[in-house]
Amino acid sequence: MKPVGITRFLGTNCDRDVWQAVEALGLAPKWLWFEDQFDPSDYSAVVVPGGFSHGDYLRCGALAAKAPVMKSVSEAAAKGAPVLGICNGFQILCEARLLPGVLVRNESRKFIDKWVTLAPAGKTPWLKPSGGPLRLPVAHGEGRFHSDAEALKKLNDQGQIWLKYKDNPNGSLEDIAGVTNEKGNVAGLMPHPERAIHDWMGGEDGRAILGTLLS
Amino acid sequence: MKIGVKILPRNEVLDTQGRAVEGTLKAHGRAVNQARVGKYVQLDVAETDQAKALAKAKEIAEFVLYNPLIETFELEVVG
Repeated sequence: MKPVGITRFLGTNCDRDVWQAVEALGLAPKWLWFEDQFDPSDYSAVVVPGGFSHGDYLRCGALAAKAPVMKSVSEAAAKGAPVLGICNGFQILCEARLLPGVLVRNESRKFIDKWVTLAPAGKTPWLKPSGGPLRLPVAHGEGRFHSDAEALKKLNDQGQIWLKYKDNPNGSLEDIAGVTNEKGNVAGLMPHPERAIHDWMGGEDGRAILGTLLS
Repeated sequence: MKIGVKILPRNEVLDTQGRAVEGTLKAHGRAVNQARVGKYVQLDVAETDQAKALAKAKEIAEFVLYNPLIETFELEVVG
Protein backbone atom coordinates (compact mmCIF):
# COMPACT_ATOMS: atom_id res chain seq x y z
CA MET A 1 0.00 0.00 0.00
CA LYS A 2 1.46 3.34 -1.06
CA PRO A 3 1.39 6.00 1.67
CA VAL A 4 -0.67 9.18 1.71
CA GLY A 5 1.72 12.16 1.69
CA ILE A 6 1.01 14.99 4.12
CA THR A 7 2.80 18.29 3.47
CA ARG A 8 4.34 20.27 6.31
CA PHE A 9 5.28 23.93 5.90
CA LEU A 10 6.51 26.30 8.57
CA GLY A 11 3.30 27.15 10.42
CA THR A 12 1.24 24.11 9.35
CA ASN A 13 -0.72 23.11 12.45
CA CYS A 14 -3.33 20.56 11.36
CA ASP A 15 -0.72 18.05 10.19
CA ARG A 16 -1.03 15.65 13.12
CA ASP A 17 -4.83 15.74 12.97
CA VAL A 18 -4.69 14.73 9.30
CA TRP A 19 -2.08 12.06 10.15
CA GLN A 20 -4.36 10.52 12.77
CA ALA A 21 -7.42 10.72 10.50
CA VAL A 22 -5.52 8.95 7.71
CA GLU A 23 -4.40 6.26 10.16
CA ALA A 24 -7.95 5.89 11.53
CA LEU A 25 -9.07 5.11 7.98
CA GLY A 26 -6.51 2.31 7.75
CA LEU A 27 -4.07 4.16 5.49
CA ALA A 28 -0.36 4.83 5.94
CA PRO A 29 0.56 8.52 6.26
CA LYS A 30 4.00 9.93 5.46
CA TRP A 31 5.36 13.45 5.95
CA LEU A 32 6.39 15.63 3.02
CA TRP A 33 8.68 18.44 4.21
CA PHE A 34 8.25 21.75 2.37
CA GLU A 35 11.91 22.06 1.41
CA ASP A 36 12.01 18.61 -0.19
CA GLN A 37 10.72 17.23 -3.45
CA PHE A 38 9.31 13.72 -3.87
CA ASP A 39 8.49 11.17 -6.54
CA PRO A 40 4.70 11.32 -7.04
CA SER A 41 4.61 7.65 -8.04
CA ASP A 42 5.61 6.72 -4.47
CA TYR A 43 2.34 8.10 -3.04
CA SER A 44 -1.31 7.14 -3.44
CA ALA A 45 -2.51 10.67 -2.63
CA VAL A 46 -1.36 13.99 -1.14
CA VAL A 47 -3.09 16.04 1.55
CA VAL A 48 -2.13 19.68 2.15
CA PRO A 49 -3.32 20.38 5.72
CA GLY A 50 -4.37 23.63 7.33
CA GLY A 51 -2.54 26.10 9.53
CA PHE A 52 -0.82 29.40 8.96
CA SER A 53 1.94 28.46 6.54
CA HIS A 54 4.79 30.97 6.51
CA GLY A 55 2.81 33.14 8.91
CA ASP A 56 0.19 33.96 6.25
CA TYR A 57 2.70 36.63 5.18
CA LEU A 58 2.01 38.50 1.92
CA ARG A 59 -1.23 36.54 1.27
CA CYS A 60 -2.34 33.32 2.92
CA GLY A 61 -0.81 30.41 1.03
CA ALA A 62 1.21 32.59 -1.37
CA LEU A 63 4.68 31.83 -0.02
CA ALA A 64 3.97 28.14 0.63
CA ALA A 65 2.76 27.80 -2.96
CA LYS A 66 6.33 28.53 -4.13
CA ALA A 67 8.00 25.94 -1.83
CA PRO A 68 9.94 23.07 -3.47
CA VAL A 69 7.46 20.42 -2.26
CA MET A 70 4.75 22.12 -4.31
CA LYS A 71 6.64 21.33 -7.54
CA SER A 72 6.15 17.67 -6.73
CA VAL A 73 2.53 18.24 -5.66
CA SER A 74 1.92 19.88 -9.07
CA GLU A 75 3.48 16.87 -10.80
CA ALA A 76 1.29 14.52 -8.76
CA ALA A 77 -1.78 16.58 -9.71
CA ALA A 78 -0.79 16.54 -13.40
CA LYS A 79 -0.47 12.75 -13.26
CA GLY A 80 -4.00 12.47 -11.92
CA ALA A 81 -3.19 11.62 -8.29
CA PRO A 82 -5.76 12.72 -5.69
CA VAL A 83 -4.62 16.00 -4.05
CA LEU A 84 -6.71 17.46 -1.23
CA GLY A 85 -6.20 20.89 0.35
CA ILE A 86 -7.87 21.64 3.67
CA CYS A 87 -8.30 25.24 4.92
CA ASN A 88 -4.83 26.81 4.54
CA GLY A 89 -4.10 23.86 2.23
CA PHE A 90 -7.00 25.03 0.03
CA GLN A 91 -5.50 28.54 0.03
CA ILE A 92 -2.10 27.10 -0.95
CA LEU A 93 -3.56 25.07 -3.85
CA CYS A 94 -5.34 28.20 -5.14
CA GLU A 95 -2.15 30.28 -4.92
CA ALA A 96 -0.30 27.45 -6.70
CA ARG A 97 -2.95 27.70 -9.48
CA LEU A 98 -3.82 24.04 -8.99
CA LEU A 99 -7.32 25.19 -8.07
CA PRO A 100 -9.31 28.16 -9.39
CA GLY A 101 -10.12 31.26 -7.36
CA VAL A 102 -8.69 32.70 -4.17
CA LEU A 103 -9.65 32.86 -0.48
CA VAL A 104 -9.87 36.32 1.10
CA ARG A 105 -10.75 37.80 4.51
CA ASN A 106 -14.20 36.84 5.86
CA GLU A 107 -16.83 39.45 5.14
CA SER A 108 -17.48 39.84 8.89
CA ARG A 109 -13.72 40.41 9.52
CA LYS A 110 -14.04 37.85 12.31
CA PHE A 111 -12.27 34.54 12.74
CA ILE A 112 -14.98 31.87 12.52
CA ASP A 113 -14.75 28.69 14.59
CA LYS A 114 -17.94 26.63 14.48
CA TRP A 115 -19.72 23.68 12.89
CA VAL A 116 -21.40 24.26 9.54
CA THR A 117 -23.78 22.32 7.31
CA LEU A 118 -22.63 21.63 3.76
CA ALA A 119 -24.54 20.56 0.70
CA PRO A 120 -22.59 18.61 -1.91
CA ALA A 121 -22.83 20.16 -5.37
CA GLY A 122 -21.79 18.94 -8.79
CA LYS A 123 -20.13 15.65 -9.54
CA THR A 124 -17.00 14.75 -7.66
CA PRO A 125 -14.94 11.71 -6.83
CA TRP A 126 -14.24 13.34 -3.46
CA LEU A 127 -17.38 12.33 -1.66
CA LYS A 128 -18.70 8.94 -0.66
CA PRO A 129 -22.49 8.82 -0.50
CA SER A 130 -23.36 10.11 2.95
CA GLY A 131 -27.12 10.18 2.63
CA GLY A 132 -27.49 13.96 2.93
CA PRO A 133 -25.82 17.19 3.96
CA LEU A 134 -22.52 17.03 5.85
CA ARG A 135 -21.70 18.65 9.17
CA LEU A 136 -18.08 19.73 9.53
CA PRO A 137 -16.21 22.31 11.62
CA VAL A 138 -14.69 25.46 10.10
CA ALA A 139 -11.93 27.54 11.70
CA HIS A 140 -10.67 30.38 9.53
CA GLY A 141 -10.25 34.13 9.16
CA GLU A 142 -9.75 34.09 5.40
CA GLY A 143 -12.22 31.65 3.89
CA ARG A 144 -14.30 33.84 1.60
CA PHE A 145 -14.05 32.27 -1.85
CA HIS A 146 -13.59 34.83 -4.60
CA SER A 147 -13.35 34.52 -8.35
CA ASP A 148 -14.10 36.72 -11.35
CA ALA A 149 -17.47 36.32 -13.08
CA GLU A 150 -16.06 34.50 -16.10
CA ALA A 151 -14.20 31.92 -14.01
CA LEU A 152 -17.23 31.47 -11.77
CA LYS A 153 -19.40 30.66 -14.78
CA LYS A 154 -16.80 28.12 -15.89
CA LEU A 155 -16.83 26.53 -12.42
CA ASN A 156 -20.61 26.17 -12.61
CA ASP A 157 -20.64 24.93 -16.21
CA GLN A 158 -17.96 22.34 -15.57
CA GLY A 159 -19.33 21.10 -12.26
CA GLN A 160 -16.26 22.18 -10.31
CA ILE A 161 -18.20 23.56 -7.36
CA TRP A 162 -17.95 20.73 -4.87
CA LEU A 163 -19.39 21.88 -1.53
CA LYS A 164 -21.72 24.75 -0.62
CA TYR A 165 -22.52 26.19 2.81
CA LYS A 166 -26.13 25.91 3.82
CA ASP A 167 -25.78 29.05 5.96
CA ASN A 168 -22.87 31.00 4.44
CA PRO A 169 -20.55 31.95 7.36
CA ASN A 170 -17.95 34.05 5.54
CA GLY A 171 -19.47 35.77 2.50
CA SER A 172 -18.13 33.27 -0.04
CA LEU A 173 -19.37 33.76 -3.60
CA GLU A 174 -22.34 31.47 -4.28
CA ASP A 175 -21.88 29.93 -0.78
CA ILE A 176 -18.83 28.03 -2.05
CA ALA A 177 -17.01 25.97 0.59
CA GLY A 178 -15.03 23.70 -1.73
CA VAL A 179 -14.04 23.39 -5.40
CA THR A 180 -12.17 20.94 -7.62
CA ASN A 181 -9.97 21.34 -10.68
CA GLU A 182 -11.29 20.53 -14.17
CA LYS A 183 -10.21 16.89 -14.03
CA GLY A 184 -11.65 16.48 -10.53
CA ASN A 185 -8.54 14.93 -8.96
CA VAL A 186 -7.52 18.10 -7.09
CA ALA A 187 -9.94 19.42 -4.47
CA GLY A 188 -9.92 22.05 -1.75
CA LEU A 189 -12.31 22.93 1.05
CA MET A 190 -12.32 25.36 3.97
CA PRO A 191 -14.00 23.01 6.52
CA HIS A 192 -11.91 20.43 8.37
CA PRO A 193 -12.92 16.80 7.60
CA GLU A 194 -10.01 15.56 9.77
CA ARG A 195 -11.75 17.07 12.81
CA ALA A 196 -14.88 14.96 12.22
CA ILE A 197 -13.68 11.36 12.13
CA HIS A 198 -15.03 9.92 15.39
CA ASP A 199 -18.33 10.40 17.15
CA TRP A 200 -16.56 11.86 20.21
CA MET A 201 -15.21 14.67 18.02
CA GLY A 202 -18.77 15.84 17.38
CA GLY A 203 -19.44 13.93 14.21
CA GLU A 204 -18.05 11.47 11.67
CA ASP A 205 -18.93 13.19 8.39
CA GLY A 206 -15.25 13.84 7.64
CA ARG A 207 -15.00 10.17 6.72
CA ALA A 208 -17.25 10.75 3.69
CA ILE A 209 -14.48 12.97 2.30
CA LEU A 210 -11.21 11.49 3.60
CA GLY A 211 -12.58 7.97 3.02
CA THR A 212 -12.31 8.60 -0.74
CA LEU A 213 -8.52 8.44 -0.31
CA LEU A 214 -8.99 4.69 0.23
CA SER A 215 -9.79 4.15 -3.43
CA MET B 1 18.45 50.18 -7.43
CA LYS B 2 15.36 50.38 -5.26
CA ILE B 3 11.95 49.80 -6.81
CA GLY B 4 8.70 50.18 -4.90
CA VAL B 5 5.79 47.86 -5.63
CA LYS B 6 2.41 49.36 -4.67
CA ILE B 7 -0.29 46.69 -4.37
CA LEU B 8 -3.98 47.60 -3.98
CA PRO B 9 -7.11 45.47 -3.78
CA ARG B 10 -9.20 45.59 -6.95
CA ASN B 11 -12.23 47.88 -6.73
CA GLU B 12 -14.68 45.02 -7.24
CA VAL B 13 -13.22 43.10 -4.28
CA LEU B 14 -14.63 43.88 -0.84
CA ASP B 15 -11.68 45.38 1.06
CA THR B 16 -12.39 44.45 4.67
CA GLN B 17 -9.37 46.36 6.02
CA GLY B 18 -10.41 49.47 4.11
CA ARG B 19 -13.91 49.13 5.48
CA ALA B 20 -12.57 48.90 9.06
CA VAL B 21 -10.47 52.03 8.51
CA GLU B 22 -13.50 53.86 7.08
CA GLY B 23 -15.49 52.92 10.20
CA THR B 24 -12.86 54.23 12.59
CA LEU B 25 -12.39 57.47 10.65
CA LYS B 26 -16.14 58.04 10.64
CA ALA B 27 -16.39 57.35 14.36
CA HIS B 28 -13.78 60.05 14.97
CA GLY B 29 -15.29 62.75 12.78
CA ARG B 30 -12.95 62.17 9.86
CA ALA B 31 -15.25 60.37 7.41
CA VAL B 32 -13.91 59.77 3.89
CA ASN B 33 -15.66 58.52 0.77
CA GLN B 34 -13.51 55.44 0.71
CA ALA B 35 -10.33 53.93 2.16
CA ARG B 36 -8.48 51.13 0.39
CA VAL B 37 -5.70 49.29 2.22
CA GLY B 38 -2.92 47.66 0.23
CA LYS B 39 0.72 46.76 0.59
CA TYR B 40 3.99 48.38 -0.31
CA VAL B 41 7.03 46.22 -1.04
CA GLN B 42 10.39 47.89 -1.56
CA LEU B 43 12.81 45.78 -3.57
CA ASP B 44 16.52 46.52 -3.73
CA VAL B 45 17.50 44.80 -6.99
CA ALA B 46 21.06 44.29 -8.22
CA GLU B 47 20.65 46.47 -11.30
CA THR B 48 21.95 49.95 -12.09
CA ASP B 49 19.97 50.34 -15.30
CA GLN B 50 16.48 51.68 -14.51
CA ALA B 51 14.69 49.78 -17.29
CA LYS B 52 16.30 46.52 -16.24
CA ALA B 53 15.50 47.15 -12.57
CA LEU B 54 11.85 47.84 -13.43
CA ALA B 55 11.66 44.72 -15.59
CA LYS B 56 13.07 42.61 -12.78
CA ALA B 57 10.64 44.09 -10.24
CA LYS B 58 7.72 43.49 -12.62
CA GLU B 59 8.71 39.85 -13.01
CA ILE B 60 8.94 39.47 -9.20
CA ALA B 61 5.58 41.17 -8.66
CA GLU B 62 3.92 38.84 -11.16
CA PHE B 63 5.72 35.80 -9.70
CA VAL B 64 4.46 36.16 -6.15
CA LEU B 65 3.86 39.69 -4.84
CA TYR B 66 0.35 40.19 -6.18
CA ASN B 67 -2.62 38.00 -7.08
CA PRO B 68 -4.29 39.31 -10.26
CA LEU B 69 -7.67 37.95 -9.16
CA ILE B 70 -7.90 40.38 -6.26
CA GLU B 71 -5.12 42.97 -6.64
CA THR B 72 -3.43 45.41 -8.98
CA PHE B 73 0.14 46.70 -8.75
CA GLU B 74 2.20 49.70 -9.82
CA LEU B 75 5.95 50.15 -9.81
CA GLU B 76 7.89 53.25 -8.84
CA VAL B 77 11.58 54.05 -8.85
CA VAL B 78 12.70 54.86 -5.31
CA GLY B 79 16.33 55.45 -6.16
